[in-house]
Amino acid sequence: MKKKVLTVDDSRTIRNMLLVTLNNAGFETIQAEDGVEGLEVLEECNPDVIVTDINMPRLDGFGFIEGVRRNERYRAVPILVLTTESDAEKKNRARQAGATGWIVKPFDPAKLIDAIERVTA
Amino acid sequence: MDMNEIKEIFFQECEEQLAELESGLLKLNDGDRDPETVNAVFRAVHSIKGGAGAFGLDDLVSFAHVFETTLDCVRSNKLEPSQDVLKVMLKSADVLADLVTAARDGGGVDEGRSRGLVKELEALARGELPSGGASEAPKPPAKPAPAPVAVAPAPAPAPTDDSGFQPIPFTFDEFGDEEATIEPSSFEVVFKPRRELYSKGNEAALLLRDLSRVGEMSINCDIDSLPAFEKMDPEAAYFSWTINVKTTKSEQDIRSVFEFAEWDCDLDVKLAESTDEELPMIPVPFDLDFLNDDSVDDEPAVENHSAEQAAAVAAAEAASNVSKMAAAAARVEKKESQSAAAAAAAAASANAANAAAGAGQTIRVDLDRVDRLINLVGELVINQAMLSQSVIENDTTGTSSINMGLEELQQLTREIQDSVMAIRAQPVKPVFQRMSRIVREVADMVGKSIRLVTEGENTEVDKTVIDKLAEPLTHMIRNAVDHGIETPEKREAAGKNPEGTVKLTAKHRSGRILIELQDDGAGINRERVRQKAIDNDLIPADANLTDEEIDNLIFMPGFSTADKISDISGRGVGMDVVKRSIQALGGRISISSRPGQGSTFTMSLPLTLAVLDGMVVTVAGQTLVVPLTAIVETLQPEAAAIHSFGANQRLISIRNSFCPLVDVGRILNFRSIQANPVEGVALLVESEGGGQRALMVDAIQGQRQVVIKSLEANYTHVPGIAAATILGDGRVALILDVDAVVAASRGQSLRGDGALKSDMSLAATG
Repeated sequence: MKKKVLTVDDSRTIRNMLLVTLNNAGFETIQAEDGVEGLEVLEECNPDVIVTDINMPRLDGFGFIEGVRRNERYRAVPILVLTTESDAEKKNRARQAGATGWIVKPFDPAKLIDAIERVTA
Repeated sequence: MDMNEIKEIFFQECEEQLAELESGLLKLNDGDRDPETVNAVFRAVHSIKGGAGAFGLDDLVSFAHVFETTLDCVRSNKLEPSQDVLKVMLKSADVLADLVTAARDGGGVDEGRSRGLVKELEALARGELPSGGASEAPKPPAKPAPAPVAVAPAPAPAPTDDSGFQPIPFTFDEFGDEEATIEPSSFEVVFKPRRELYSKGNEAALLLRDLSRVGEMSINCDIDSLPAFEKMDPEAAYFSWTINVKTTKSEQDIRSVFEFAEWDCDLDVKLAESTDEELPMIPVPFDLDFLNDDSVDDEPAVENHSAEQAAAVAAAEAASNVSKMAAAAARVEKKESQSAAAAAAAAASANAANAAAGAGQTIRVDLDRVDRLINLVGELVINQAMLSQSVIENDTTGTSSINMGLEELQQLTREIQDSVMAIRAQPVKPVFQRMSRIVREVADMVGKSIRLVTEGENTEVDKTVIDKLAEPLTHMIRNAVDHGIETPEKREAAGKNPEGTVKLTAKHRSGRILIELQDDGAGINRERVRQKAIDNDLIPADANLTDEEIDNLIFMPGFSTADKISDISGRGVGMDVVKRSIQALGGRISISSRPGQGSTFTMSLPLTLAVLDGMVVTVAGQTLVVPLTAIVETLQPEAAAIHSFGANQRLISIRNSFCPLVDVGRILNFRSIQANPVEGVALLVESEGGGQRALMVDAIQGQRQVVIKSLEANYTHVPGIAAATILGDGRVALILDVDAVVAASRGQSLRGDGALKSDMSLAATG
C-alpha cells in the first residue's frame, strides 16, 4: 500500500520538487498551497504523513499544525516542518504547535525521504 | 517533469516574487504598516531563497539570506521600516533581481554593489541605522555575520545548530573503512517518553526501530508505572525503555535518533560500564516486527497483534499490547468515527477555505491560442457586418424578424469581441513596477532624492500595448528624473521639498488608456527651449509661439535641451523618438508645463492594437481607412485658400498659417495627375516631428471601427500602407500609414516626385 503524503507549501518550485521526489520514492502525493487549503484537503485525503512549510499566506505552518492537531481524526498524523528556519526559536514554535519533526532546507530529496521514513512505520 | 522544468518554474516564480517584493516595499515606503504587507515581503525573499537553495544557486541564497534576516527584524518590530531603511531594502530588491537574472541567463552582477548592500543590511539587522551615504567603512561586525546557508547537501556532519543538535544522516557506509579499526562500544540509553511525544505524532516504537539501525541492541521495557486496565488512559505514556546499544558510532549518532523527540522525553545516553550488569527490572522482550506490517493501519491493533507477541507471560503480553496501543493510540483514534463537533469545525473551515480560494483564480493560456481566437472573432465581426449589409440590400420592408435577429447578432458579436479583447488585457502594473527601479537608479546616479508615486496600476490594456509601452516610458522617466526634477539644493532654495516626486498614473478614458507622467520639478524652461529651437533651425528666430507650442517643441526631431550630455538621458535620443513610438501604437502624446511647478506628459493609447477607429475615405475610386487618432480636423478647401508653391507643390492656408497639401492618390500612385483640391476633402493630420499636413482625399464615407489585418503576414509590406481590413460589404480596404505618406511627400518636395514606388495593383483591385 502506497503511503500518502500531504504537502503544504506556497512555493510552486518547492511543490514541484516535493511532488517529483515523493513520487519517485513511491509515495502518493497530495498538495496544498497554504494552511487553509491544507486543512481543507486533509479531510479528503487521509494522509499518513504531512510535510508543511512555515511561511505561507492566509494560514502559516504554525496555524496549520495547530489546526491538524485540533482535528480529532487527524491529530496524531506525523507532521514534518519543511523550512529554511534553522533557528531554535522557530523550531520550538513549530514543536509547540505540534510538529513531529523538521527538515531543514535547502531542499534535499534524501533528507526529506529519510525524515519521512523516521516518523512513519 | 525533470529538474530543468522545475528550474524554469522557479525562475517564473522568482519574477512573481520579485514583483511582490517590490510592490510590498513600496507600500511600506508609503507608510503602510499592515503586518501582512511585511509578511508578504518577507515571504517573497524567503521563497526565492528556498528555491535557490534547492538548485545550489549560492550567490542568490547568501544574499537572500542576509536580506531575509534584516526583513525578519522588521517583521518582529525590531527594526522600524523608515524611509532610510526602505531605501536600502529597495536597492537590495534590485540586486536580488539582478542575481536572479544572472542565475538564469548567466553573466555577472555588480559585486561591489551587492557586497556594499550586504554590509548595509547586516548593519540594519544589528540595529545600526543607515548613515545615509554609502557606509563602506568596514567596521568589524558586532556579531558574526549570518553564515550563508549550506547549499549542497553537506556530506560531512552539519554544524551544530542553536538547539544543540548535530543532524547527522545515519547511513551505514559512511564509516565503511573505519569500521574494522574502531572497537564497538556499548551505550546505555534510558528513554522515557512523555505524553506529548505521542500527541505530536512521534512513536516510541519508531524511535526504537531507528535506534536499532545504529547498532546491535537489546531492549528492556519498564512497565512498572502501568496502572490497572480500568484506570488506564490510552493516550498516556506509561513505559520507559533501557536500551543497550553496541555500536562503532558516537553518542551523537545515538542522540540524533531522538532529534525530533528530545523535548518530549527524558533521554539519558551514556557509555555502559559493564554490559553484563543485571538490570534492576523485569526484562520484557519488545518486538518491533509489527512495524513492518501494513495491516497495523487497518485493524484494531490490540486484537490483531496479540498473537504475534512473543512473550508468553500474561502480564508481559498485556503490557506489550498496551505498549502498541500507546504507540498506536493516535492511529486507532483516527480510525474512530469522528465526533460531531470535529466534523462541524472541519466543515466550517472547509467552507471558509472555499470562499477564499474562489477569489482570483487564474489559468495560464498560450498566447497563440488567444490570438487565434481574436483573429476568428475578427472574422466573425466582418462576416456579421457583411450579412447585415446583404440583408438590408435585399429586404425592402426593413421590419422583418431577420432584421431584428441580425441586430441582436450584432450586439452579441460586439460583446464577444470585447470579452475576447479583455483576455489579452493586462494591468499596466508590471511596467509601472519596472519604472520604480529606474527612478531609484537614475536618481542615485544624479544624486537626487526622488519618489515615484503610481496610481491606477490595475488599469488594463492589451498586452501588446503594454510590451511596447515600456521603452518610451522608461525614456520619459529618465528624462523626468534627470532634467525635470531639480537637485535637492535647488529645490530647497525654491522652498520645495528636497525630495522630488514623479507621479505615474493610468486610467481609462473614453475607450482609451490615458497615462500621465507628472513631475514636480522646475517645468519647461521656455526661454531655453525657444533659443535651442532657433539655434537648431527648427523655428525662425521671429516665430510667434504660444507657451504650449514652445513646450511641444521638445518633441521635434533633433531637439535636446540638456546642456551637458549626461549618461542617463542624453544619448542623442530625444523626445521625438518617444513621440514616434507612442504614435506607432496609435497613440498621442502632449505636454503641459508650469514654470516652477513641474511638467505633465499625457499619453493617450488605444486599448488594443487589434481594432482601430478609422475614417473611411475614397481616393481615386479606392476605399482607404485613415486612423482617427492621426486626424486633427477635416475641412473642405476653398479655392482661395489653395496656393501654389514651387513646381507642383501646393499649400493650404488654414487660419493664417500655411500647411503643405498632400494628394494621397498621387502619393500612392492611384493617379498620375493631382486632383483638384476644391473637389475633395482635406484631412489635417499631425505627423512625426509635430508638423501638420493636409491630406487630400476625394470623399469621406464615414467613421468605423475596423479589425486590423496584417498585410505583412498575408501579403507583403506595401509602402504607405499600415495594414488592411475588410469592410462590411466584403471589400478589402487599406489602412493608411500616415507617417509614411507624409514622409513620402517630403521626398516629393525635394525630388518633385515622391510617389511611393511599389506595386499598388493590390490596392487597385480593391
